Amino acid sequence: MFRYIIHLFISLGLALYLTGCAASNAHIASEIPPMHTVSEFSDDESVSHTEDPWEGFNKGMYKFNYEADRFFFLPVVNAYETATPHFVQTGVSNFFANIREVRTLYNGILQAKGKKSLVTIGRFLTNSTIGIGGLFDLATSFGWRQQYEDFDHTMETWGVGTGPYLVLPLLGPNTVRSAGGFAVDGGVRWAIMNGIDPFGGTGARTEIETGITALETVDLRHRESFRYYESDYPFEYYMVRYIFSEHRELTSIK
Amino acid sequence: MKIARGVLIVFLLLMPAFAWADDTVYRYPIDDSYAATILGTPQKLRPELSGEVPVKTMILETDLKKPEIFFYDHGLRYTVAFQDRKAPLIFLIAGTGGSSRSSKMLALVNNLYRAGFHVVALPSPTSSNFIINASTSHVPGNLAEDAADLYQTMEQIWNVSKEHIEVSDFFLAGYSLGGTEAAFVAKLDEERKVFDFRRVLMLNPAVSLYSSVSRIEGLLDGIPGGPRRIGAFFNQMMAKSTDFYRKGDFVAIDDDFLYAAYQAQLLNRNEAGGLIAVSFRIGSAGMIFTSDAMTNGGYVIPKNKVLKNSDSLDDCFWTSLHLSFLDYFNEYFYPYFQSRYPGLSKEKLIEALSLKSIEGYLASSNRIGVITNEDDFILAQGELDYLRRVFGPRLKVYPCGGHLGNLEYRDNMAFLIDRLRSATW
Repeated sequence: MFRYIIHLFISLGLALYLTGCAASNAHIASEIPPMHTVSEFSDDESVSHTEDPWEGFNKGMYKFNYEADRFFFLPVVNAYETATPHFVQTGVSNFFANIREVRTLYNGILQAKGKKSLVTIGRFLTNSTIGIGGLFDLATSFGWRQQYEDFDHTMETWGVGTGPYLVLPLLGPNTVRSAGGFAVDGGVRWAIMNGIDPFGGTGARTEIETGITALETVDLRHRESFRYYESDYPFEYYMVRYIFSEHRELTSIK
Repeated sequence: MKIARGVLIVFLLLMPAFAWADDTVYRYPIDDSYAATILGTPQKLRPELSGEVPVKTMILETDLKKPEIFFYDHGLRYTVAFQDRKAPLIFLIAGTGGSSRSSKMLALVNNLYRAGFHVVALPSPTSSNFIINASTSHVPGNLAEDAADLYQTMEQIWNVSKEHIEVSDFFLAGYSLGGTEAAFVAKLDEERKVFDFRRVLMLNPAVSLYSSVSRIEGLLDGIPGGPRRIGAFFNQMMAKSTDFYRKGDFVAIDDDFLYAAYQAQLLNRNEAGGLIAVSFRIGSAGMIFTSDAMTNGGYVIPKNKVLKNSDSLDDCFWTSLHLSFLDYFNEYFYPYFQSRYPGLSKEKLIEALSLKSIEGYLASSNRIGVITNEDDFILAQGELDYLRRVFGPRLKVYPCGGHLGNLEYRDNMAFLIDRLRSATW
């Protein structure tokens, strides 16, 4: 958790630096208004309803994530994919997904979603025991599909508004509310880990926990097929912003 | 009727593949041309593919100076799948706005690799990546010039690839606008003979670019309020889909969801057509913006403005979406070529953007063939007959499939591969 906060500050600084640079270039020739401007088309209904007052910052962050991917994460993920067999990668993904069931569970309970919570308990117990600590996802083959809930959804059911769009370092598209939700879920997880303290007796708790966090980060990037700017579409930022908010809306329906 | 149709589709989807493997009746299941175009081919009716295909996306570095907002663009991106033995090589050209990794392109790459070809997939000359890196004028749409740029790109790719692969002979194929461009590239090859293509296939090509684009744009006349209200129309379609999703037992927005929506006849024909035109507009907005940025054309971006990454393009996006391809043609494309060729009339330019301008070559060359559909709506009345007249036995017309909806259908894919290999038509 702490790690994420540090990352956040480093990247905030970087992004401000990047956007700062951009503004200082002088124009040589004077600008002439284009043949067509948006004012001609103001009679149409706008499609995106996402509030984006920090667009300049967000685009800087979007670019930062692209560079971080390019120079760090994707090479690491490629090395991971080359070095480990498929079944190990699946096992790692299952293991972390199983830990995240806890998040779905308490958020399901907070939203009084009984069926979801029961399915999640069933999944967690099954996969943690006969699925050997979550390495195998047997629950899905029993017909218990994975559910998804987080504190962002919980806040939504409590009537909290999404707040403006916010592109986070490494985590990508978010809203202020989902960023807050992420922080709360991270805090809960940290508290649970502290309470159980599974590596307390090993004498190398920090090292083990760092290793696990690193592996989880690699796994997250490994499972995410999105690549910044891969669409080669000059308005990708806006398409991603729209798809993000639509997707968010659809997942909160069920 | 509605139920009968739903039952029929489910029945067709569930039927095992071998049941009609050597049947002569064409069984592509979607008879509505717009629905076919949107839905494509159900997974179960595509060729069965096994084993891994070594698909790689490569970058052809170009030293062109580019505006700062394209900082993420490091060169022309093309996709390859190479055999490890001597084999024929096929170049593929994507349709309007398409990259070398668009889904139709990847389907062709996979199937042709399995059929034993080295495959090199190229983005469309109307894609941003191509406009930035490989277009000499940065103003896409002129078939002869785009073909020359494509040809040069192919030569460059061949130069960097030939040490790694053994090639027996060369082939060429393209779909949609890429199909029309393939004809112009083939003609150029007839003169330059670098590749000496053995076979060239045009898949659902446009005969006249101007007429096809007008027909696609015309689909927006059927939406409430007409073309100026595409935003409102899109919102309505999203609301409809979201509502349908909420009421049904769906896990994700996937093929199953789309088929269910089709079976429930969620959209009427005007709405389906409108969506096709909107998706075309989304592609052409990218093309217009990129070309304008590269040429400092002052069309949707202020002239002389140096765009920065932090600058908002929101307004520019909205403006570009509301400009039709015909606006682009009349206000940007035609004036550009008129300034290069004083005295060039609009009619002459429209004529040049048509297969008719190379009709003599197409009629006489035995290497080039066409596969299309009876109900492909990008063809104007009389254009199918025109293709029949010019290509004769080198034309194959399927009874349905819309615009490329049946490209991945197993019969189509098998026929396409057979046409490339066979010595006769």
